[in-house]
Amino acid sequence: MEILDLVWLIPALPLAGFLTLMVIGRRLGEPLAGLLATAMVGGSFVVTVAAYLSLLGKAEEERQFTQVLFDWIPAGGLSVDVGFLVDPLSITMCLFITGVGALIHLYSVGYMHGDPNYSKFFVYLNLFAFSMLMLVLGNNLLITFLGWEGVGACSYLLISFWFTDPEKASAGKKAFVTNRIGDWGFMVAIFASFAALGSVTYTEILSGAGGLAETTATLIAATLFVGAIGKSAQFPLFVWLPDAMAGPTPVSALIHAATMVTSGVYLLTRINPIIAEAAGWLAPTIAWVGAFTAFVAATIAISQRDIKRVLAYSTVSQLGYMFLAIGTGAYVAAVFHMITHAFFKALLFLGSGSVIHGMHAEQDMMRMGNLRKFMPITAATFIVGWLAIAGVPPFAGFWSKDEILLYAFAENPALWLVGLVTALLTAFYMSRQVFLVFFGEERFEVEHAAAGDGDGTADTEDIDEADAAGAGDDEVLVLHDPPHESPPTMTLPLVALAGLAIIGGGLNLPFTGGTKFLEHWLHPVLGENEAHIDVATGTKVGLAVVAIVVAAVAIAAAYAIYLRKQREPVEPEILAEGWYYDRSISAFMGGPGRMGFDAVATFDRVVIDGAVNGVASLVRRTGEGLRGSQTGFVRSYALLIAGGAVVLLAYFLAQVTF
Amino acid sequence: MVAAVEPAWYLILAAMIFAIGAVGLLVRRNPLVMFMCVELMLNAVTLTFVTFSRMLDDIGGQAVVVFVLVVAAAEVVVGLGIIVAILRKRPSATADDLALLKG
Amino acid sequence: METFVFLVAGAACLVGALGVVLARHPVHSALSLVGTLFGVAVLFVAQNANFLAAVQVIVYAGAIVVLFLFVIMLLGVDQSENLSIEPIVGQRAAAVVVGVAVFALPVLALASAGWEATGQVANLGPLSGDGYGVELLGEVIFTRYLLAFEVTSVLLVIAVVGAVMLARKNRKADELEIEGLGSVGPDGPRRSTNAPRSSDSTDDEADAGGGDQTADTADEEATT
Repeated sequence: MEILDLVWLIPALPLAGFLTLMVIGRRLGEPLAGLLATAMVGGSFVVTVAAYLSLLGKAEEERQFTQVLFDWIPAGGLSVDVGFLVDPLSITMCLFITGVGALIHLYSVGYMHGDPNYSKFFVYLNLFAFSMLMLVLGNNLLITFLGWEGVGACSYLLISFWFTDPEKASAGKKAFVTNRIGDWGFMVAIFASFAALGSVTYTEILSGAGGLAETTATLIAATLFVGAIGKSAQFPLFVWLPDAMAGPTPVSALIHAATMVTSGVYLLTRINPIIAEAAGWLAPTIAWVGAFTAFVAATIAISQRDIKRVLAYSTVSQLGYMFLAIGTGAYVAAVFHMITHAFFKALLFLGSGSVIHGMHAEQDMMRMGNLRKFMPITAATFIVGWLAIAGVPPFAGFWSKDEILLYAFAENPALWLVGLVTALLTAFYMSRQVFLVFFGEERFEVEHAAAGDGDGTADTEDIDEADAAGAGDDEVLVLHDPPHESPPTMTLPLVALAGLAIIGGGLNLPFTGGTKFLEHWLHPVLGENEAHIDVATGTKVGLAVVAIVVAAVAIAAAYAIYLRKQREPVEPEILAEGWYYDRSISAFMGGPGRMGFDAVATFDRVVIDGAVNGVASLVRRTGEGLRGSQTGFVRSYALLIAGGAVVLLAYFLAQVTF
Repeated sequence: MVAAVEPAWYLILAAMIFAIGAVGLLVRRNPLVMFMCVELMLNAVTLTFVTFSRMLDDIGGQAVVVFVLVVAAAEVVVGLGIIVAILRKRPSATADDLALLKG
Repeated sequence: METFVFLVAGAACLVGALGVVLARHPVHSALSLVGTLFGVAVLFVAQNANFLAAVQVIVYAGAIVVLFLFVIMLLGVDQSENLSIEPIVGQRAAAVVVGVAVFALPVLALASAGWEATGQVANLGPLSGDGYGVELLGEVIFTRYLLAFEVTSVLLVIAVVGAVMLARKNRKADELEIEGLGSVGPDGPRRSTNAPRSSDSTDDEADAGGGDQTADTADEEATT
């Protein structure tokens, strides 16, 4: 029996954790419940590494292993089973899902300390891990959809974890509903793929993709793209992600930075043969949607005050980069950026969680400052993450972003320009965030009261306090205790992720063919659909230098504005309000939208119900009308009998005589 | 003198009696008179049968008349019993008042 | 000769029939009915159906009409119907139409057949000839139509039973409640009406008498 036969353990362990914690989680309590959950995901990671090594040991053509557990839906022409497809793409995804996931589970053990619903949190986290792993390991569209919906549901449960606050509950609903719009696309794609190819299993539809008519392929690819837009928060369905920051920070890190939002990227990469068969306008559309989203999100991020919202918009922006890469055929670059993004974005989120934890639930950056004095480890790791995302070599983000910009340039210089400007904004707002939070003067005061427990017990209470205290703008925040560094359960993952953010670029260094490890690794999955560009080395170097210069300029600008105070900050309200996008949606839905819904409801009530009731009342009225003939008079009845008899008489006599 | 009696005349006479009986049944409201009209119709029928029996030179028609007579008698007995039972309660009831079948 | 008999008897029939229909008083209708019955009996004799004529007079005129008269006397002699009003709309017109049709259709059929009777002969025996008489009729009834004969005897029994049931004295357990007609207790109707009441015992007697008479007639027929 080879290692790969154990691949079912990868999703099974988190599932076991979920079930166990659901039953005895409350009894296990802190911190056992959390540690159990972490152990499960850690175990998954171990199995994943083993599977990866096993796959690595095989020849390139053999790196595809399918394990079928059982027949799920044997329904005539449709045969769907529960099975796992282990190939380079899915194993790569599993590696960083379980790896980063385990680190985040560990972090949550410390972060959620003191929360009354401690074990419930880990129940949801393990369920999420299970769903996500089913999503990437599934060998057919339906299993992926199962995982897709599962992560959507878990996302809802986790965002509204503190649901007693109505705003947080609404955020969860918003996420779920927006995702649902995208899910429609996914479902249509499943139907279309079954109709066109007779199967939903990846191996069959991908090998049969060559025989698809262009319109069918376009339909499938486009509807899956719609699903990806919903799940990966692209324009126009990105509105849920910033609001999703209402959930606890580990949730934001795991779901909304590293894993769930990347499932859209995974999906499109998986179906790359179908995209290749689709109409010529689809790929550029994907690219432009991604570029546009990246740009718009970056513009909004530069004027946000909440430490997590900046990161949320940043996530949307970076996801836009990944879609830009897919649209230009640079699947490897997209996956590369997905991996590095998982590292540094999770790091940044966890770091911000640490800051919030240390600042006793304060999230407004304008009330922070000079925190590196109080939280050195957090600060150091956060700075690593900042440099990675800003695109400063040799950190991971530089290499992956540069790949994307290179392919964008080869496809269309306009795309490259948008990407470059976005990179400028990215570096700018991230630097702004770092300078506001960790450098500069302290914009808060500390009461030198008796030392409290200082470990941020009952963060939930503090959150309510902070909300209540958040009335005055730019008032100086008064804390009871000084900000403090987080416990090791929280700082350890930060350090680990920082390390990965530093060396992550090594996955696919562009220098020679030998260093392009990821590209070779993913070759069986992508085949010929990976774009090959013919750009002179000089151009490549030139582009890289331009990117570095742009990043430097942005950092310098942020330094000048926020640290040196040499210029006034430019944070127009329109950007702070997100181009009024949310508000316009509410207005539309409240106005024309509501009229539409009312019209449909009225139609249903009047026409459809009316038709049904109308039939009934018609019958009743006819009956009542006919009732009048029942007079009860014997003589009338006698007359009718006589009349009938006359008619019969006439008939028979006519027969006889004529 | 007058013409010889054609058998057809008997038939026409019977038809007339029958028609008068039918009209009477539909027009009168007193239950007893309605019943008498029914007897009229039965008589017309017996007359027809006897005429046919003579025309066709066959005894069958007269046999039928015997049975019609028996049935008519039985029917009158029961029918009058019913009328008595009803009209005992309200002697001035007419056929129009017995409208329990009114829906 | 036959013509004359026919005309007179026929006139009697028609006059009687019209009398039944047009008379306001039920007793007059009954008497007119008697006239019709006699006319029909005469016509039977004219057609050589002597036995039937006798039976007609005895049963119809002698029993049935008497029954009618008994009931009329029982239920109030002074009731008369107002013939000028007709509560049901269109009843009279429709009745006239029906009457005309019922008369005209057979006549037309007959006319088209050339005033000749065409019917299936049952071949039961010729009317004329030596064999004619009640004997031939009896023979036919008791051989060919025996089943019908037995059934009619059962029918008579049923009729008698029914008559007794309908006319018996009501006991408390059988209190009837007829809508609009009031309830009936052991002592007769609860509500007073303006018609002269006759006692229950008279009911029994009258009906029993009528029932007996019918039974007697049936016996007579059988033994003849």
